Amino acid sequence: MTETDQEKLTWTHKHLLGLKDLTRREIEFLLDTARGFEEISTRSIKKAPTLRGKVVVNLFFEDSTRTRTSFTLAANRLSADVVEFTKKSSSVSKGETLIDTARNLEAMGIDIVVIRHNAGGAAKLLSRHINACIINAGDGYNEHPTQALLDVYTIRQVRGSLEGLKIGIVGDIAHSRVARSNIWAMTKLGAEVTLIGPPTLMPAKVNELPVRVSYSLDAVIQELDVINMLRIQFERLGGNPFPSVREYSHFFGLTVERVARAKPDLVVMHPGPINRGVEIESEVADGANSVILRQVANGLAVRMAVLFLVSQGVAEQSKER
Amino acid sequence: MKVIMDAQAISRSLDDLTERIAATLPDGTDFAVIGIRSRGEVLAQRLAGTLAQRLGRTFPCGTLDITLYRDDLNEPKGKGQPQVRTTEIVFDINDKIIILIDDVLYTGRSARAAMDALIDLGRPKAIRLAVLIDRGHHELPIQADFQGRSIDVGPEETVRVRLTEMDGTDQVIVE
Repeated sequence: MTETDQEKLTWTHKHLLGLKDLTRREIEFLLDTARGFEEISTRSIKKAPTLRGKVVVNLFFEDSTRTRTSFTLAANRLSADVVEFTKKSSSVSKGETLIDTARNLEAMGIDIVVIRHNAGGAAKLLSRHINACIINAGDGYNEHPTQALLDVYTIRQVRGSLEGLKIGIVGDIAHSRVARSNIWAMTKLGAEVTLIGPPTLMPAKVNELPVRVSYSLDAVIQELDVINMLRIQFERLGGNPFPSVREYSHFFGLTVERVARAKPDLVVMHPGPINRGVEIESEVADGANSVILRQVANGLAVRMAVLFLVSQGVAEQSKER
Repeated sequence: MKVIMDAQAISRSLDDLTERIAATLPDGTDFAVIGIRSRGEVLAQRLAGTLAQRLGRTFPCGTLDITLYRDDLNEPKGKGQPQVRTTEIVFDINDKIIILIDDVLYTGRSARAAMDALIDLGRPKAIRLAVLIDRGHHELPIQADFQGRSIDVGPEETVRVRLTEMDGTDQVIVE
């Protein structure tokens, strides 16, 4: 990457709502920017003054370990102040609406809202009603952009580029915002994506997505370069999408035996949390092909870059005025 | 546009800087050369080459990206959007003398940012600033320890250092 290549792009977005609306160039720019943040986490003083004086609020209406901690750490490492908000201990339990909650927080002078919500479109809705930067940390079944960014960042790190790679996303696609953001990011960066799982876990209108669909993991495992295993979202399942968990793992679990039939350099990914023994065997999750913990580590650099870029987007927009 | 240094002048200036820097580094001095992205990086590579030859020894060389330490990140006026690149300093800077290299010293704000960035990486024994051009009009109490050439250029003009590795030619222009 030469300097002039990078300089062509000016980041103008003050929100990160999803990857569907970003261009390939913008995604690549964001990933290139994230490289510059990796080094901060390797120092003895894990801090840069970049967002000093900014306030970030983590507005989480759903449970989260990784994403929330990762955003908190990312903001801390850039010297921003972080306010943690949880549904249980807030006035939401007294009947306050999302927009009212956010407006009240904004009145206290926050700059960036990181929101996770069980309704698709919540982040977008918020961006229309308040002035702060909005970062979508997962909205319903819609998108989870920072997860997909760290996924493609990790693939680029391991394989150099996504161009021409065959990537399988396995499991509960229907309930997965991670899958949706992955599809946009990976296909924009030139990969071929195959969704793999039982028909009952495929999303509606899957034929409108830029992907192939396979109902058999065994039929496609040999051709994959990267496999992203998703958790069955039991908390969101209605009805009986498969006869039993055992049967599901029998057909769609990533076992040592299946990995042995795949390409030797297959990259095994999982967005977490893992259900060991269900969608992935422990030996595979902890094995040589797995980049699962690397994904988590990369999440920090990617989220620092996102926090930085949305604030740059604000500066850029105020320049235009 | 006025060319104030051509390739030959730049080369002479770098040789001269090499001599003066070398004179401050007696045998056994633990030091490293670090260039500020982007043109400082190129100059640092050249100076590291000539210094290694002159001193007959090797030493670590790194690159510093100061974007995260700039004091104008929230000031929309001014030039284009700053781009974050990587800092590549893979050695321990503790107790080393750091020769910090940039192309132009003007307001002193880049040097300030670079010093803050370095100090977050460790505690060097000393930081010495070497620049190809000192154009005066500093806004912070920062001076170069070594400068190739001092000129007086007002804020209405721009000094550009062009280097073969990045720009295809070696020259310094004022426009």
